[in-house]
Amino acid sequence: MNFQLSEEQQMLADSAKRFVRDNHDVEKHRQNKKLMPLDEATWNQFAELGWLAVPFDEEHGGLGMGPLETMVLLQELGEGLIMAPYIATVVLGGGFLRHASDAQQAETIPSLLEGGLQLAFAAEEYERVFTLENTAMKGDVQGGDVVLNGTKSCVLNGDHADQLIVLARTAGEPGDKDGLSLFLVDANAEGVERTPHRTVDGRQGAEIRFRNVKVSDAARIGELNKGYDIARSVLLEGLLALSAECVGSLAVLLNDTVEYSKTRKQFGLPIGKFQVLQFRMADMFIAMEQTQSLLMAATMKLVEGHDDAARAVHAMKAQLGRTGRKIGQEAIQIHGGMGMTDELNVGHFVKRLSAVDGLFGNADVHLMEMAKSA
Amino acid sequence: MDLRVPEQEKAFRDEVRTFLEESLTPEIREAGKMVTSVFAPVKEAMAWQRILNDKGWAAPHWPKEFGGTGWSVTQRAIFAEELVRAETPPLVPMGLHMCGPCLIGCGTEEQQKEYLPKILNGEHFWCQGYSEPGSGSDLASLKTFAEKDGDDYIINGTKIWTTYAHYANKMFALVRTNKDGKPQQGITFLLLDMDLPGITIEPIVGLDEVTEQCQVFFDNVRVPQKNRVGAENDGWTVAKYLLTFERGGQEYAPGLNVQLEKIRLMAEKQQTVHGSLKNDPVWQHKFASVEADVLALEFTEMRIKSALSAGKDPGALSSMTKILGTELLQKVTELRIETLGAQAAIWQPQALVPGDEQPIIGPEYALTAMPHYLNSRACSIYGGSNEVQRGIIAKAVLGL
Repeated sequence: MNFQLSEEQQMLADSAKRFVRDNHDVEKHRQNKKLMPLDEATWNQFAELGWLAVPFDEEHGGLGMGPLETMVLLQELGEGLIMAPYIATVVLGGGFLRHASDAQQAETIPSLLEGGLQLAFAAEEYERVFTLENTAMKGDVQGGDVVLNGTKSCVLNGDHADQLIVLARTAGEPGDKDGLSLFLVDANAEGVERTPHRTVDGRQGAEIRFRNVKVSDAARIGELNKGYDIARSVLLEGLLALSAECVGSLAVLLNDTVEYSKTRKQFGLPIGKFQVLQFRMADMFIAMEQTQSLLMAATMKLVEGHDDAARAVHAMKAQLGRTGRKIGQEAIQIHGGMGMTDELNVGHFVKRLSAVDGLFGNADVHLMEMAKSA
Repeated sequence: MDLRVPEQEKAFRDEVRTFLEESLTPEIREAGKMVTSVFAPVKEAMAWQRILNDKGWAAPHWPKEFGGTGWSVTQRAIFAEELVRAETPPLVPMGLHMCGPCLIGCGTEEQQKEYLPKILNGEHFWCQGYSEPGSGSDLASLKTFAEKDGDDYIINGTKIWTTYAHYANKMFALVRTNKDGKPQQGITFLLLDMDLPGITIEPIVGLDEVTEQCQVFFDNVRVPQKNRVGAENDGWTVAKYLLTFERGGQEYAPGLNVQLEKIRLMAEKQQTVHGSLKNDPVWQHKFASVEADVLALEFTEMRIKSALSAGKDPGALSSMTKILGTELLQKVTELRIETLGAQAAIWQPQALVPGDEQPIIGPEYALTAMPHYLNSRACSIYGGSNEVQRGIIAKAVLGL
């Protein structure tokens, strides 16, 4: 057992730390009262720093790294609340491309590594509690083609994306793991209608309607009706990445709250001297450390292929939902009125945590997934 | 002990329902449905207040001679419940529920005649100048100073979390007139115009991107001494009179029940792999847990009404309702975003502005969930934080 960062991982963490120090992004959230175009300058910087290459094989021009390095990177970026669509394009999108055909890879990966390609995973649907097998959107198999009809909701990075990875039901009923298929679809294809919207955390998503969108065999990722396993393995990595980013955010919330309690005086004392607040901040600290532990457990288990890896990832996402809620709420309460303003960092981190809990299944969903995988 | 409802109460409830049915305009109904705070959109809330005032129902809790209704405790509760059930926009409370009662209890006859009718008809829009940047939970430490000069006071300092100061034309404020002795004893209650020279208002944007609060700055602002309510240095007594006046306080359970019913309907629409989320045991367990707390609070509030009707002091019970009501509201808003999942993350605050015509993205019922969740975090902070409220129970009730 060794919980120390390797030299390479340490370098990645250091470069991310420097980036956050120079580009702390909360100001962007504050200005972000409307839909923002993609911040291409930041994205190009990500490309130059080599971060877009992290999870890709060396034969594709990547760095041949994996979820551990993604964790190290995103935990640092989470401290700065960096909004770049890294998880949508690199972790989820890149994850699917690793399972794509040679032709699909050749068409996408070089461009992605240069910073010229944005991706989005179209998975969630309105009025359906998210699990992969609950997917209802239809793909009708017509000869060699599949015709997509239906609506995907809350697609992260959906409006900036050049290509969409669409999860559709080509056979069976919601609840069946069989019958799911994945397609790489041009976001500007005929019949794809995108309605962009802001998300509560200052980022952007889109509602995407598919009207008779015909996709050929060549557009499929993996086998027809056998998309579940690929989707699940990529999703697990995505959940870890989201969690890593948020663990970074939890650390900032705790730190800001403790520092505020040392300077804010009421009744002649810094409020941090009141035992009732001390105990609550001690509990915030404990919750944060427990979440960090689960993050490391889940990431290492997944990388090393342990039998209970998926179970640990579900535990992680559930814990993140609960801890994020607790630490976020306490951070606001202890900051008092100031915690309710747009001016301080606190609210922006809380909004990010609130959004992430809802994405790809909230704490309840993942506790049930965990229980089922026992 | 029984729960039977007397016939005359049923008749009263019907009368209120009929009135609401006939007098709520589509604009006011729409605004009421979009409320994500204890403060409603101003234009529609004031329009609704004028309609109620024409009927003589704008301030049922005031004594009849000042424009109240003379209703019993139960009638007032029925009225409040029906307003909540019809999802009317809550009336702006600073005049009707805060300044008005202080004037009724502690104002001169002249002040009562001048101000109370204009509170009722909405001509005066009041804001509350209590909290300061350095004085929140510890309100008595406030520093905004009023110095005597001839027939006036000259005010210097700043107030913060002044709700709707940017809409108000009047402020009731606590100011320091004596820096010696116990902090509570050097405070004076003043009424002032918001357009006086030397007043600057800076709106504060909330984390829900709505501007409800302001900071107000006073630079040598001259206020006549006749605008004082109560004696000089006795403003703390005036402010505390409000607690006596609204003993029993606000009722939370009716609103919480309305919210719970809406969440149940939302859950019915969400599909899991086993059918509707409403039939999912995990969701049911969570929902029932909140529902049980709300049922308990409903009866705590009924015990308060019963004590008040019998002319008794509900004492400890009413100290609890602010804590229970606000924390249950927070729980309910949390349950709602958890019921909606990712749909609650779609952010379109412009759609909450009355009259907005842009199409809504996602289910319309999801629109208010996240803004309400975020805004409700303030409930355990304002009006005496819940830490302060627990301190009051420990000290005044438990004798610790």
